[in-house]
Amino acid sequence: MTGPLIDIRDISVGFTGKSGATLPVLRNIDLKVNAGESIGIVGESGSGKSTLALAAMGYLKRGLRLMEGSVAFQGQDMFARTRTELEQIRGGELALIPQNSGQSLTPTLRIGAQLVEALRLHADVPEAQYSAKAIELLGQVRLPDPAAIMTRFPHELSGGQQQRAAIAMALAGEPTALLLDEPTTGLDVTTQAHILELLRDIARDRGMAMVYVSHDLGAIARVCDRVVVMYAGEVVLEGSTRQVLKTPIHPYARGLLASIPRLSDPRLPVALDGRPPAPGGAGQGCSFVDRCALAQDGCRTSRPDLERLPSGEAVRCFHYQEAHQLSLTGSGAIPASLDGASPSALHLDDLAISYRRPGLFDKVLGRDSAGVPTVNGIEITVAKGETLGLVGESGSGKSTILKAIAGLLPPSGGKITVAGGQALAPEVEHRSPDHLRKIQLIFQNPDDSLNPRQTIAQILEQPLKLYFGLTGDALHQRSADILDRVRLGAHYLDRLPSQLSGGEKQRVAIARAFAAEPDLVLCDEVTSALDVSVQAAVLDLLNDLKATQGTTYVFVSHDLAVVRALSDRVAVLYQGRLCELGPSADVYAMPSHPYTEVLLGAVLEPDPDTAPTLSADDVVELSPPAQGCPFQRRCPRKIGRICDTDTPPWQHGTQGHAIKCHHSIADLATAQAEGAAGQRA
Amino acid sequence: MLAMLLRRLFLGLVTVWIVSMIIFAGVEMLPGDSCTAFLEREAQGKLLENCREAQGLNRPAAERYFDWATSAARGDLGISANGEKSIAELVGDRLGNSLLLAACSLALGVPLAIFLGVVTGLWRDRPVDLAVSTLAIFAMTIPEFVSATVLILIFSVWLGWLPGIVLTSASAPASEFFPEIILPVLVLTMVMTAHILRMVRSSVIEVMVGDYIQMATLKGVPYWRIVFRHALPNALLPAINVVALTIAWLLGGVVVIEVVFNYPGLGRMMIDAISDRDLPVVQAIALIVATVYVCVNLSADILTMFANPRLRTLHMRRG
Repeated sequence: MTGPLIDIRDISVGFTGKSGATLPVLRNIDLKVNAGESIGIVGESGSGKSTLALAAMGYLKRGLRLMEGSVAFQGQDMFARTRTELEQIRGGELALIPQNSGQSLTPTLRIGAQLVEALRLHADVPEAQYSAKAIELLGQVRLPDPAAIMTRFPHELSGGQQQRAAIAMALAGEPTALLLDEPTTGLDVTTQAHILELLRDIARDRGMAMVYVSHDLGAIARVCDRVVVMYAGEVVLEGSTRQVLKTPIHPYARGLLASIPRLSDPRLPVALDGRPPAPGGAGQGCSFVDRCALAQDGCRTSRPDLERLPSGEAVRCFHYQEAHQLSLTGSGAIPASLDGASPSALHLDDLAISYRRPGLFDKVLGRDSAGVPTVNGIEITVAKGETLGLVGESGSGKSTILKAIAGLLPPSGGKITVAGGQALAPEVEHRSPDHLRKIQLIFQNPDDSLNPRQTIAQILEQPLKLYFGLTGDALHQRSADILDRVRLGAHYLDRLPSQLSGGEKQRVAIARAFAAEPDLVLCDEVTSALDVSVQAAVLDLLNDLKATQGTTYVFVSHDLAVVRALSDRVAVLYQGRLCELGPSADVYAMPSHPYTEVLLGAVLEPDPDTAPTLSADDVVELSPPAQGCPFQRRCPRKIGRICDTDTPPWQHGTQGHAIKCHHSIADLATAQAEGAAGQRA
Repeated sequence: MLAMLLRRLFLGLVTVWIVSMIIFAGVEMLPGDSCTAFLEREAQGKLLENCREAQGLNRPAAERYFDWATSAARGDLGISANGEKSIAELVGDRLGNSLLLAACSLALGVPLAIFLGVVTGLWRDRPVDLAVSTLAIFAMTIPEFVSATVLILIFSVWLGWLPGIVLTSASAPASEFFPEIILPVLVLTMVMTAHILRMVRSSVIEVMVGDYIQMATLKGVPYWRIVFRHALPNALLPAINVVALTIAWLLGGVVVIEVVFNYPGLGRMMIDAISDRDLPVVQAIALIVATVYVCVNLSADILTMFANPRLRTLHMRRG
């Protein structure tokens, strides 16, 4: 066959808004995907990237409709095909790997049944061999014990396993093209790295084309040959992965890259101010004009075309030749940090937390049901004005520790003391108003943590009334001041959370925490639900507040680069146990605890010249081992029996850097230096 | 798993026990007792004393409760205050009749409701949905005695096809209730179908916009296969509990229908017993209805647990 495999020509997709006008979600998009090629589509939420990928399958979400243009797969128009023809192609020649496999697998059907269904519909296999073929597919996506996985229900698998099962299902029809809609979002770093390597291998072995939709430039850099950058429903830049990630010529792409925190760079990323226009709100001119540093008057009045350059790039900008003036590496501030010793603001003394409480029946039967605690032996001191980062994968207990400090989950052992050596009551109900005020918590998702029926004023007034007894004008004035401190104007006071963007909502959540004038702010994945450009702004804000208010943070995130950007010291957790603790610069450099090494190796940088190091299996452990080192089952540097039986000692380095391992720091340094040399060779 | 079942069963028994105490205390607080009701105007002096002596009403309340509860647990509900007949026998006939009415209504209503709920859910906002949903609202809002009267007017008075009132005696075998039972069944079916269908409809709509339905579509699964294999097993799970509540309602709460059609079920017996101050019967019926509620809800929960793989693993893990 000649010509591109997927040929999207000038499509526009829209929905009917409340006013009756048609609001576009995609505007005049051209995209060609050749056989065996892998293309990345990047953009922030609302850019239309998923809609574009689904449109390639001839599918539009409810309420959307094709306004113009055509989508051809293998030369035939997908929107002109009959239902039967579409059923043949979808899941056959053209397969999808969905964003959230946990929700995309039917909960009442076993994995085997869903896989066999895909084979029945699309594979050229005799019925008797369905189950053998299904087991083979599960083996190909490197799932352990495929025969057992066949009989499981989706919820009985871990996130990574669900994603692998979904990949196996997509491969059942021997597709020539795979569409991937954020396939690794929500997975742990090591799992993500493993899944991406698997996808690369599969695509290469089978010569499949891939359309990889993601907001994660690191993943795109690893998987794609070519990248399309979308903004407000338009393609603004297209080029080879190297061109787009190394020398982007569109101001938005440059801003996006500069807003990504990097492992190798301790500086804060630069925020991209403003937000994209809502569908239909782009106006006459360039859709990026309001946020663009290069914008001139002409950009407001006419819309630039997608210009194809001899270099093979395509760019939608009048001033792309000047784009190189915009900085690409974060010129952001170096995070505020302490000088000299400060008194302690928080001390966790041998903290242990157990989720399981003995039930009535256990008590009656005298059973000891507590078992091995979820979190154990946490001993950390946080100095006043310091930011402590807690990192680890899901299940590492980092959020659990925050809940214990906040008093939401009473510890089963140990003590929590605050400044002045005062012990905190384990339950929040028994804490004094002063302690309650001094410790504030900011949650991951502002959609869940802000009451949708309260105005911003009501949300902010609550802590002000509760802790300071303010009323009337003073109350109003203080709310406005606080809003100003998080860089939102007083006109936001009368709005409801639903009228704010994600980043603005998180600022309100931060404002609510700071309204109490806290000493200690606990941040639980506060940027995880935000787009990367917004994330940079929130990090900058948190850093600013720390500098002006002298606040102490405990900052929890699964994203190692984000933690690096904000933290003075970092604690690495695995299975609720400390592995490593020290100043950020030391933790992020070798020598490291073997687990930190595995984590750092798996991080994907938005740079096509880097590759992750996968040194441990991404096995999911449900509970920590009863004795020995918590990382014993996955450790690539395991010594032997001693790791299984003895709790490792702290190996102390310089400047308070400590690693909990049976290896000495010198041994780790030698081994890791050799490993790094071996990689370069 | 077994421990969970035993725990639920135990909690059910505790519920029934607490309810039995509340019933007993409630009846105890009423002015008068079965002797004052039985003797009417002569309820005074020696006569009343003798009656109370004979029925054991002079003993302390706790003692009487204990007697009543232990014999009820054995299936002996005592003697009716006026007829000197065994309550177990009286109530047994009525319970059977109520079961017959409930069974007929369920057999007709549940499949109809699920069918209409799925149809309206799949064709949301189309004419068929609008028509059925509007009718359902009417069926839910019009009081039962109105719809019952209208049906009697149409089918018995005007058309003369069906008898408008039940004249069969309470202890007659089930077969003799036909065709008289048809009209009451129709009215009950209308009301319950409307409730269940609206629930099924919203559940189908919710499931059909879910990620796994989109995934199945994009995997090339034919539409009807998606509906039957991927959507309905999930969409019908919440229906189990609604059906359970309907069963409980049918067995204890259809007083109005039973009175309108003169149907000899539990509900009418309760009304009669209350107006006759036949307190042992009132207690017995209240206890039976409470037990039915507990049993039906318990079975619904267990059924949901077996039909929902997520809940199943949850309880397996807890042991």
